[in-house]
Amino acid sequence: MASLDDLKKRISSVKSTQKITKAMKMVAAAKLRRAQESAEKGRPYSDKMNNIILNLSNGISDIDNAPKLLSGTGEDKVHLCVVMTSDRGLCGGFNTNIIKKAKLYFQKILDEGKTLKIITVGTKGYDQLKRLYGDNIIERISFKESKNINYFDADKVGKIVIEKFEKKEFDVCAIFYNQFKNVITQIPQEQQIIPLKTSEKNENSSEDNYEFEPEEDEILSNLLPKNISTQIFKAMLENSASEQGSRMSAMDNATRNAGEMVDKLTIEYNRSRQAAITKELIEIISGAESL
Amino acid sequence: MSEEYSVEIVNPEKSFLSKNDVTEVVVPGFEGEIGILKDHISIISFLKPGIIKIFSKSGEESFYVNDGIIEFKDNNLSILTSLILNLKDIDKEKISEIQKSAEEELNKSDINDQEKYLLDQKLEVLKSIN
Repeated sequence: MASLDDLKKRISSVKSTQKITKAMKMVAAAKLRRAQESAEKGRPYSDKMNNIILNLSNGISDIDNAPKLLSGTGEDKVHLCVVMTSDRGLCGGFNTNIIKKAKLYFQKILDEGKTLKIITVGTKGYDQLKRLYGDNIIERISFKESKNINYFDADKVGKIVIEKFEKKEFDVCAIFYNQFKNVITQIPQEQQIIPLKTSEKNENSSEDNYEFEPEEDEILSNLLPKNISTQIFKAMLENSASEQGSRMSAMDNATRNAGEMVDKLTIEYNRSRQAAITKELIEIISGAESL
Repeated sequence: MSEEYSVEIVNPEKSFLSKNDVTEVVVPGFEGEIGILKDHISIISFLKPGIIKIFSKSGEESFYVNDGIIEFKDNNLSILTSLILNLKDIDKEKISEIQKSAEEELNKSDINDQEKYLLDQKLEVLKSIN
């Protein structure tokens, strides 16, 4: 049995761990509110963007001459995957879930004999992927320094992707991120951004007759790169809300577990203290009797 | 009959401005300035760097935009832009900052004509503000 002193030390160490997890939970909760707000505020932009692109792509007459970003290169050999994770740990299954989803996809690609290229956004994703897929990672990006998620960071990632596309380094591009549903649930998502999937065509939008200035193709070729940045930005916003949510519930669990541990240790401490007292009493009494 | 329609300006971070009593909006379209009045035909266009002017009952407002797309439909004007600044409370330093980065960009050798054109436009507009 551990001595009284050891128990005391353990209790105090668990207690200070609990303090830290509690504080982290509070911080995550505050950040979560902000992240959620900005995710909601960012929605109109990406929704409108999507709508305009849908209208435009419906209006395009000549499919063969459509911009490559929309129709693809016509091949399906090289896949680029942008895996978006957090820069910090201690957020439960957040990163692991994205990686798991991504790995399934990677396996599928490799089994089909296609080439895989990976861009990691966030350091945690790189750490988890470098062992198995180290050779496939062509770029790693991290925004550790920027405090808030801003559009220009997303734009940077978007520009890298587009540059690589123009150099014909890949045919299909997919992004991986966590979609925020609520504090407990985040759903890992796989979204193809190049070529753009326009399967969800709105029936009501196809009837509109728009005037385009300049021509549809020209607007589209300007708009599509922006759309990629927008999609990445949206993914980043969703991701940050998910990260904070995930961290909050993870830290909540940790705080609760620490509480249970303190309770158990306290009982053990009290028991052994009582045992020591009883032992001393017996010693005194038997000592007195023998006189 | 009222001559008013509604306009909404969105940037990636948030909905920047929303008004429903505007009478005319002048936007820097890629092929020249476009003034939009009520019951304009549905139009999609994109913008070059320039000044958006919004005329409404409550007065006139001007904004600087870096780029953008506009969509006008059923008397609703949506403007999507990545960077927008209100000219009223504009910050001289910020302008110089954008100006400087544009100049740097212009000095790079690997830009195409369209980019060069846009950057020239940008610098011209920025100089006129400052």
